[in-house]
Amino acid sequence: MATYKEAPPDATAPQKLLNWVDNRFPLSKLYNEHLGEYYAPKNFNFWYIFGALAMLVLVIQIVTGIFLVMHYKPDASLAFASVEYIMRDVPGGWIIRYMHSTGASAFFIVIYLHMFRGLLYGSYRKPRELVWIFGCGIFLALMAEAFMGYLLPWGQMSYWGAQVIVNLFAAVPFVGPDLALLIRGDYVVGDATLNRFFSFHVIAVPLVLLGLVAAHIIALHEVGSNNPDGIEIKAKKDARGIPLDGIPFHPFYTVHDIFAASIFLMIFTAVVFFAPEGGGYFLEYNNYIEANPLKTPAHIAPVWYFTPFYSMLRATNDLMVNVLCAVLGVAGVLGIVKGGFGAKGKLALAIAAIVGVVLLKAFDAKFWGVVVMGGAVIILFFLPWLDRSLSKSIRYRPSWHAYVYGVFVFFFLVLGYLGAQPPSDVGNYVSQIGTFLYFGFFLLMPWWSRMGTFKPVPDRVTFAAH
Amino acid sequence: MSDPKIDSGKRTWIIASGCAGAVGVGFAAVPFVGSFQPSERARAAGAAVEADISALKPGEKMTVEWRGKPVWIIRRTPEQLAELPKVDGLLADPKSARKPDELTPLYARNEGRSIKPEVLVVVGICSHLGCSPSDKFTPGAQPSLPDTWAGGFLCPCHGSTFDMAGRVYKNKPAPDNLEVPPHMYLSDTRLIIGEDKKA
Repeated sequence: MATYKEAPPDATAPQKLLNWVDNRFPLSKLYNEHLGEYYAPKNFNFWYIFGALAMLVLVIQIVTGIFLVMHYKPDASLAFASVEYIMRDVPGGWIIRYMHSTGASAFFIVIYLHMFRGLLYGSYRKPRELVWIFGCGIFLALMAEAFMGYLLPWGQMSYWGAQVIVNLFAAVPFVGPDLALLIRGDYVVGDATLNRFFSFHVIAVPLVLLGLVAAHIIALHEVGSNNPDGIEIKAKKDARGIPLDGIPFHPFYTVHDIFAASIFLMIFTAVVFFAPEGGGYFLEYNNYIEANPLKTPAHIAPVWYFTPFYSMLRATNDLMVNVLCAVLGVAGVLGIVKGGFGAKGKLALAIAAIVGVVLLKAFDAKFWGVVVMGGAVIILFFLPWLDRSLSKSIRYRPSWHAYVYGVFVFFFLVLGYLGAQPPSDVGNYVSQIGTFLYFGFFLLMPWWSRMGTFKPVPDRVTFAAH
Repeated sequence: MSDPKIDSGKRTWIIASGCAGAVGVGFAAVPFVGSFQPSERARAAGAAVEADISALKPGEKMTVEWRGKPVWIIRRTPEQLAELPKVDGLLADPKSARKPDELTPLYARNEGRSIKPEVLVVVGICSHLGCSPSDKFTPGAQPSLPDTWAGGFLCPCHGSTFDMAGRVYKNKPAPDNLEVPPHMYLSDTRLIIGEDKKA
């Protein structure tokens, strides 16, 4: 409880107004904590623009979404035509719709790059675990948002994409079919499904998303930003308690981010005006055909941002399950022989490995495909505890770590490419290798991230004035 | 605020009222969760449909809608029927033994999974994730299919393959054969789907 502060006698009218507000709402306090006196490391580089860009895209999506809802009809018999009506008859409707559809893809491009930045510089390491976890929550909410939004145009891809994803839930043993029924609200994807997805897409998930974004930023501003050197700038402060390597977010990084936003908007508007379909990747051609429950298009693939995970789902067949059993067996034996556990620990490990193999064989490969796909996202939440390297930033890790990241990114892109292609035997084998590498990267991280010779981490951030 | 003495009687009541409140919230959630279920109108839909197969020539397929799903009726050629026993070794469940009560009614538990050998009636929904497989009746090598392809169906979503009796091939994402819906013949050329003579 602050005591009432009187404005100085010579204060101007705006100063008096601000004083009046500050006594009733912490306006100056909030401004200082998050902008004016939020000290961010001075050595931010290119990779640090994507957080601000993600906020910009979120605003674009919310504003365009509000205007789309004014003309859209969430009814299976009217939805497809109402989207075409927006495109053809509503003044300016086409650009609002293209901004929204391009925005969805832009959102994922920005978020993937934002996450990759975190991976490069160890931004999820202590004390930023919650920043990362809220961020993963945002990623998950975004996937739900994108998936449910994609049903709304009620095209062929909307319909069959939803059919496939809802049926994923039906693969859960015992409760699956009932769960899928609860999601669809009908025995097939239909009007009931469209209506509830509309409700989730326009109100429920955005509310969760906004809450998580607020939590993400509050947590970040509590612990302070990481930087490309992975050094805690708060460890070295001047006499006033301000980090020596920190600069106030405003004006330094607001300018940085406004510049980035200008470049981003040039690219974004170029796509909106000249390639709004993104070559069939942002808006799939089959989605210009109205949903037909009796006919699946000859080639169906999810939108590009889901394809890496979709590839992993497709890769999980009986062969993959058998290989997984073998991997589990080898891991169990290695753990028993090399793990240095006591007799009880070894017994527990052996039992766990056997139970694992039995479960793998007991349920359909279909269920495990769903587990692999879900696990690929969920595993991200555990990253802060998987990475045990001595330096946060890639800059001071052994040089070969960069190649590990390179292989990881390469196979993530390959999985993404294959997920957009029709199924093939060769593609499937490559996806299986990619799936193993993806999970190997994370699950073996506690070991490989500590190996090699680390470089000395400097006391202060490396920064050359420009 | 910093009084170390805790009034345990008061605390017990706080916990008790908290629990009572939680129970109340639980009951209040029932109608909301319940509203996710299919509505009465959705439950009522799903009547049996009739199909006239007099115009269906050998090797042709027709599709009728039953409960919002595509039901395929295919008049198989003698060559296609002759291929069925040959692929048994490549199939995951050639004898329709998995989940027979859900997938294969008693009268269809045979090599061709049909009442009349030549007329196949199946729900055209892949048992993997619910896509509708495409027709690949022509035997031989073609994209996404093995060179020894004997004719059947290919699911475009995840590459599951089925033979001309809707039986799934081994080592594919789909675990089960295509569902044979309850059906019966009203006459030689008229079929009803969704109803059968209950034994």
